[in-house]
Amino acid sequence: MAFEDLTGRFQMALRRLTGKSKLTEKDIDEMMREVRLSLLEADVNYKVVKEFTEDVKKLAYGEKILKGLKPGEQVVKIVNDELTKLMGEEAVELALKHDGLSVILMVGLQGAGKTTTAGKLANLIRKKHNKKPMLIAADVYRPAAIEQLQTVGQQLNIEVYEEGLIEPDTIVKNGLAYAKDKGYDLVIVDTAGRLHIDDSMMDEIKRIEKLAKPDEVLLTVDAMTGQDAVNVADTFNQALHITGCILTKLDGDTRGGAALSIRKITGVPIKFSGTGEKLEDIEVFHPERMASRILGMGDILSLVEKATEEIDEDEALSMMEKMMTGKFNYNDLLKQMKMIKRMGKFSGIMKMMPGMKNLGNMDKIDDKQLEYIEAIVGSMTEEERKKPELVNRSSSRRNRIANGSGRSYSEINKLVQMLEKQQTMMRRMQGMNPSSLESMAKGNFEPKQSRSERRNKMKKKGGFRF
Amino acid sequence: MGLFKKLFTSKEKRKKAEKYKIGMMKTRNNSLSSLKDLLRNSKKIDEELYGQLEEIFIMADVGVDTVVEFIEELRVEVEKENITDPKELENMIVDKMFELYLKGEVINTNIRYNEGDLTVILFVGVNGTGKTTTIGKLAHKIKSEGKSVMMAAGDTFRAGAINQLKVFGERVGCEVVAKEAGSDPSSVIFDAIKKAKEDKIDVLLIDTAGRLQNKKNLMNELGKVNRIIERETGSNVYETYLVIDATTGQNGLSQAKIFSEVANITGVVLTKLDGTAKGGIVLAIRNKLNIPISFVGLGEKITDLEYFDIEDYIYGLFSDFFE
Ligand SMILES: Nc1nc2c(ncn2[C@@H]2O[C@H](COP(=O)(O)OP(=O)(O)OP(=O)(O)O)[C@@H](O)[C@H]2O)c(=O)[nH]1
Ligand SMILES: Nc1nc2c(ncn2[C@@H]2O[C@H](COP(=O)(O)OP(=O)(O)OP(=O)(O)O)[C@@H](O)[C@H]2O)c(=O)[nH]1
Ligand SMILES: [Mg+2]
Ligand SMILES: [Mg+2]
Repeated sequence: MAFEDLTGRFQMALRRLTGKSKLTEKDIDEMMREVRLSLLEADVNYKVVKEFTEDVKKLAYGEKILKGLKPGEQVVKIVNDELTKLMGEEAVELALKHDGLSVILMVGLQGAGKTTTAGKLANLIRKKHNKKPMLIAADVYRPAAIEQLQTVGQQLNIEVYEEGLIEPDTIVKNGLAYAKDKGYDLVIVDTAGRLHIDDSMMDEIKRIEKLAKPDEVLLTVDAMTGQDAVNVADTFNQALHITGCILTKLDGDTRGGAALSIRKITGVPIKFSGTGEKLEDIEVFHPERMASRILGMGDILSLVEKATEEIDEDEALSMMEKMMTGKFNYNDLLKQMKMIKRMGKFSGIMKMMPGMKNLGNMDKIDDKQLEYIEAIVGSMTEEERKKPELVNRSSSRRNRIANGSGRSYSEINKLVQMLEKQQTMMRRMQGMNPSSLESMAKGNFEPKQSRSERRNKMKKKGGFRF
Repeated sequence: MGLFKKLFTSKEKRKKAEKYKIGMMKTRNNSLSSLKDLLRNSKKIDEELYGQLEEIFIMADVGVDTVVEFIEELRVEVEKENITDPKELENMIVDKMFELYLKGEVINTNIRYNEGDLTVILFVGVNGTGKTTTIGKLAHKIKSEGKSVMMAAGDTFRAGAINQLKVFGERVGCEVVAKEAGSDPSSVIFDAIKKAKEDKIDVLLIDTAGRLQNKKNLMNELGKVNRIIERETGSNVYETYLVIDATTGQNGLSQAKIFSEVANITGVVLTKLDGTAKGGIVLAIRNKLNIPISFVGLGEKITDLEYFDIEDYIYGLFSDFFE
């Protein structure tokens, strides 16, 4: 598993192509083989992958690609664009009523995250749409399911309607009447996890759907789901009027190919992502980011957004700008580490950054290590911090820094390598994903150099070749 | 003659496997069970057939690497043995799957009891896989084998987790050691081991909060839990089961890999095999990391747990072969 992501795979495939200015059909086939494996490793359904790669091949064989000056870039772009298209429209809103009582029904397999997400959604919609939410506890099977929902309700200060372990239909019916009576305008119904092939449980949920007449029926799916996602989504979608999906546990390191399979097979939009166990860990789903996550290109846009949300905006913007221009120095590295530390979750943020998993021990950085890095950078002169080449070139400088910081020589070397890798990754990203560059530019942080300038620089440094 | 067929000529074996079959039967029209049809309908062993085989295995979530490796080995063997009839592939595939899992070893999935002393079993895994439910099921199993059981509510984080375990404690009829929500899991576990020793309990089952393997601090917490158990039991010979949901795809391998770094995983519990997912990633886990499967979960009731048996498992996957 040396080349876990597409960036790595393409690099290998392209290495064999140096010197050529145009790609042949054979080259495209070879690249598509890599795309195929990458998608399968991301858990995209086998049949979906097959169709997808065939479609993309057809597009790529066309003149468009062979005439192009940078054919490799175009293949990547086609793959990414097609994937994004497949993933569907950006940020599909919930279809809630303006006046009167809106009802959301949560459905899905066991352990997918329905109960947790019911709480998260209630909280989110209360904030965003100014609704007055109530939760109904209609899972009478899982031990302590009601207590779980009650605890969630308490944490959010949201009322939970329950009647103990009686027929779920009755609970839902009474609960809705109660909500109307009390002037609530949003009800989220938590239901038991059920297998899509369990007929009596599927009948039960159909009955509940019928009597609750929900505005939204949301299928909650674990992002780690493998090939079976297709069966599950398809069967639920046929039994019920699924209006949207929620992909949970995206804070993990799964590539989440199930998202693509579900989209392709059911056409149902994915509306939200669950990104943690805490009740605020929910986000509107971004198809484009998901596409690059599945492809393994990292999710630089998510990083930017997260950074700008939680961190001083200017700081984050200038950071991104620097990263994108490849002028990333030790001051920036230190700032970046602190930024990430402030966000409180190295791993979560890190995995969104392109190529991060290739950075070796990067995710193992804890407070102590940050302290060491601070010490090392602290022992550099201001000039060295701004011009990393100085440190690269001179072992006497590195010796001095080691002595000054009290860290070992090999630690200094490690840091040097880390910065270099980071710079290379960023440059590679630039070449890899023109569309995300464009959208970044739209977001008002135009890189200082022109594209061609950057590309030239990249060539010199032996970065990603196209 | 295929080793597998030989094994399954025994009536008793087949009967035992029925439960698996029932668990997995619902999906017989897709995935691995279509193997038989495929081989029957193919005229020769060619690239197309290999491609279709690959599809069958990938659709069962056997890791991509492992599938590629498997098909490659199959190719070599077909060439070596000079096989041309697709039907002859049947036995070869099943036998090779056996080899892939067994790796020439005799795998004993029985619980290693610390005879005459307290046996501790720790349950770990990502969120929502079935750890707490499996504890209920296993407690029931162990108790019905005549041993005394206790549970420790080491998940102090997830809403309702403690009550959930207590319900299982009531159903099984055993004590559950718990503290209030939010307390330090290590201290609950410390108390539970102490209590279990005092009460001369045979087996202590420890629940932990679900955690995604990329969360460094949560994984460190697990390391700490491990150290407490080692210290308090004076041995590191205890079982640690990694609970994996059968619907999990490739991420299962990453789960097994990273959990192994902080805990000595002695076996996998593959849950929710009563659904349509095949849980093939456990074959990759065994293949790449040498971790065997110990139990399978086949439903939500406390009786829905079986010792893993590779024969039964493959039988479930290929049940068409034996009708
Ligand atoms: N890391 C992470 N964990 C999540 C997320 N959403 C849910 N979980 C966890 O997943 C586990 C299962 O969540 P529940 O909300 O109980 O799932 P459910 O679908 O209601 O489960 P059943 O009612 O048993 O079918 C819990 O440990 C949750 O904390 C998420 O987005 N990220
Ligand atoms: N169909 C089926 N459902 C199962 C099986 N094992 C567990 N479940 C269900 O899966 C859901 C989650 O089970 P839990 O035991 O709460 O999972 P957990 O790993 O303890 O979850 P967290 O503590 O939240 O991480 C519950 O609805 C269980 O009833 C199984 O073998 N088959
Ligand atoms: Mg629930
Ligand atoms: Mg649990």
